[in-house]
Amino acid sequence: MTWLPYAVAIWLFVIGLYGIVTSRHFVHLIICLSVVQSSTYVLLLGIGYRAGRAAPVFADIPPGTPAVDPIVQALMLTDVVVEVTVTALLLALAVQAHERTGKLDPNELGIIRG
Amino acid sequence: MTPKVRLAIFATAALAFAAILWNAEARIQPSDVYADFVNRVTVPERQITDAVTAVNFDIRGFDTLGEEFIMFASVLGVALLLRRQRDEWDGPPVDRARGRQVPPPSDAIRILTVALIGPLVLFGIYVVVHGQATPGGGFQGGVILATAPLLMYLAGEYESLCRVAPRWLVETGESIGAGGYAIIGAAAMLRHEHFLQNFLPLGKAGDVFSGGTVAFIDLTVGLEVAGGFILLLLIFLEETLVRRDPA
Repeated sequence: MTWLPYAVAIWLFVIGLYGIVTSRHFVHLIICLSVVQSSTYVLLLGIGYRAGRAAPVFADIPPGTPAVDPIVQALMLTDVVVEVTVTALLLALAVQAHERTGKLDPNELGIIRG
Repeated sequence: MTPKVRLAIFATAALAFAAILWNAEARIQPSDVYADFVNRVTVPERQITDAVTAVNFDIRGFDTLGEEFIMFASVLGVALLLRRQRDEWDGPPVDRARGRQVPPPSDAIRILTVALIGPLVLFGIYVVVHGQATPGGGFQGGVILATAPLLMYLAGEYESLCRVAPRWLVETGESIGAGGYAIIGAAAMLRHEHFLQNFLPLGKAGDVFSGGTVAFIDLTVGLEVAGGFILLLLIFLEETLVRRDPA
């Protein structure tokens, strides 16, 4: 079943893009961006996974036991946390856009003035 | 452009994109060389039993420093975007629907949240300091720690939340966390070693203070992440609860 995470990653990326393209609300758009980003998690963890290997934690298994790739897991770990703060930044932008224009629909925003 | 035309263009592009992506992913040939090497050396050379933490804070510590500054910059951006504007005023929230009774949080929620805060803080600290031994570390533990103020808000104690975690304290903690990582890295250079080189005694694998600098970087990252998340919480709560546009 090695192709399954790759297929899920593509599905998540495309369905997230679909949400962004058809979005009628900034909060919905930002959540869709998170969906797009989560596809990278599935893809990278899928690349690092090896069937039958242990988790890369040698606290209760002897060092040298075959384990899955710890590098992609480390990338994911930091990114999950960082992504949340970037989402918060985008939501703050949405709050400001609503305060300035009273609108939350990307289609109605029209030309952005400086 | 009508929505239908846009959707048609998107569908064509998305199908082509998915096909290219599938073609690319089918050619991926995962290599175990680097991963096996990292898994082999973490315990003998770094005395760290969690290989993920070893990658994050030692072997690829410089990458994590960059990630941490992305986070710091985002939190800074939120604080900047939602700062107090000139045409806004401070005051108690005014309910626009007059005569409405806002129900206070039920006793069940208050008791449950208050009972959970202590164990959660303890668990957060545990996860932060044991990052080099078991799964966990600054990022995960920091997020767990940041849920405690959120529970206080859920219990209806917004005023006590502002007393326990005033803005200046959270901001200072976050800055110390972000700066501390860089300072630990620079401290290695004072000893004429490479930036972020592990220069402290490594200890014994499985101990709380094993892994040399990794244990301390773990602490600074925990401080930074907890501070950043609490600051985001405070900013957004202030935006919705305290500040109101002039009616």
